[in-house]
Amino acid sequence: MTAPVRAEEITMRTRFVETVTELLAEEPTTALVLADISADLFTEQAQRHPDRMLNVGIRESLMISMVGGLALTGLRPIIHTYAPFLVERSFEQIKLDLTHQGVSAVLVSVGASYDWTEGGRTHQSPGDVALLDSLPDWTVHVPGHPDEVPPLLRTAVRSDDSFYLRLSGRSNTAPRPAALDGRLDVVRQDMGRLGGRALVLAVGPMLDPVLAATAGLDVTVAYTNTVRPLDLGGLRDLVAADTVVLVEPYLTGTSTRLINEALSDRPHRTLALGVSRAENRRYGTPEQHDVLHGLDAAGLRRSISEFLRSP
Amino acid sequence: MTTMTEPNRIGIADRYRYEGLRSLMTRMTGDEKHASSATSTLDVLWVLYDRVLRVAPSTMDDPDRDRFLLSKGHGPMAYYAVLAATGFIPVTWLDTFGQLDSPLGYHPDRVLVPGVEISSGSLGHGLPIAVGVALGQRSQGSHGHTFVLVGDAELDEGTNHEAIAYAGATGLDGLTAIVVDNQSASHGWPGGIAARFSVNGWSTATVDGRDHEALEAVLTKPVPGRPHVVVAVVEPKE
Repeated sequence: MTAPVRAEEITMRTRFVETVTELLAEEPTTALVLADISADLFTEQAQRHPDRMLNVGIRESLMISMVGGLALTGLRPIIHTYAPFLVERSFEQIKLDLTHQGVSAVLVSVGASYDWTEGGRTHQSPGDVALLDSLPDWTVHVPGHPDEVPPLLRTAVRSDDSFYLRLSGRSNTAPRPAALDGRLDVVRQDMGRLGGRALVLAVGPMLDPVLAATAGLDVTVAYTNTVRPLDLGGLRDLVAADTVVLVEPYLTGTSTRLINEALSDRPHRTLALGVSRAENRRYGTPEQHDVLHGLDAAGLRRSISEFLRSP
Repeated sequence: MTTMTEPNRIGIADRYRYEGLRSLMTRMTGDEKHASSATSTLDVLWVLYDRVLRVAPSTMDDPDRDRFLLSKGHGPMAYYAVLAATGFIPVTWLDTFGQLDSPLGYHPDRVLVPGVEISSGSLGHGLPIAVGVALGQRSQGSHGHTFVLVGDAELDEGTNHEAIAYAGATGLDGLTAIVVDNQSASHGWPGGIAARFSVNGWSTATVDGRDHEALEAVLTKPVPGRPHVVVAVVEPKE
């Protein structure tokens, strides 16, 4: 078993390790496939389940294709490594050896858009959700708190569908249990009524910065950790005015098309905030990169206020 | 130039059925640019389905069946002909090859074609998938064996080398790769294709890819504790 972790050490990754350990024991068809990343966290599990806890080494393309083969024999694989190597390096394998074969798996990444800023561009993956969005029928979860990971992962493993869980070292201060069913979770209505001047939709770890940025503004703040499929019905119900602000912790505008689809029958305005496409070639801390991308609370407030003031 | 099996390398009893296969292949037109890909695999495919694989249309859901994965998805006319001759698909489907509503495209789709274990066409995917299939069979105690066919030029794709190394490291004896070598790799394989596999611990055999008896012998030979590769040499691609 994995050693218990102290409360201050609990991260999305530790919750992932705990939950996978339980699932390997509970579900005889569950398999975990790694490419060295996190292998040191699963040494006991590898001894206990040598045929279902597989570390292929640093061979990410093989990892995805191999998982397609495992799924063809009836196993339910979980695949885990750093986000750029899981989704970007192996995208053709995801497209062809999972989706096109008609089989599925649960992809779980760490690193997010820029958790390791000192590592530079090679270890950053702001485009992962957009890439998966080019494929049909993927469920994409972006948890905002470690405690959201176990229920999302359990549901994914016990399903037959394709899932991507995007874990991050960034976290909100509290989990949002109401968001676990995939519906938009209304977090705050400052003016005591639904709607206000805009709906601000925060995805995953962006909730806390969004709440800080919108304090005192006449907006409704909603939260989701399920971005595919996005709760378009809930979105329509919450947009009382014509304005939506979308705040995503990955590539700017990744979900704009869905906002437009949901509101296609009415005039509307959408402001999409997220990680820019720029090659910024900077290191430092994730908090400093938040500022570079305008995703810190001050930057968000500036963008949102300006948008609300504009006609 | 001979492009298919010579009479002295195939038994008389086999010839009648084999000539039928060649006739079936001619019913598929439109992808002639991949004709040499198709003809290069014909004998291996026929020997596999006629003598080696423990699989039939009625056992495609059996977890203990042998599984054949065609990685070299270009020029699938020989594959479709064999599937038709062995009852997996109706012979009449061959006449629809490449048409809008046909199940038979220029690259096989497992969702559309009964008997096809993987969809292929993009090179370098089949062998890595086959490693997963063989591991899955081992994990679940299946008695089935996994066979995968790749081309010598396809081996240029780097993904194959990840698969060769990992299968060797895990002693994946439920896996047999067949490399049809029509010498079409742009830069060749110094030391030979078999050497590339053996360095990672694979058992190897190199045979005439048109000799049915020789193919059967090396494809049915048990090799405990190691994955197995058969290099099936055929005439060079024109």
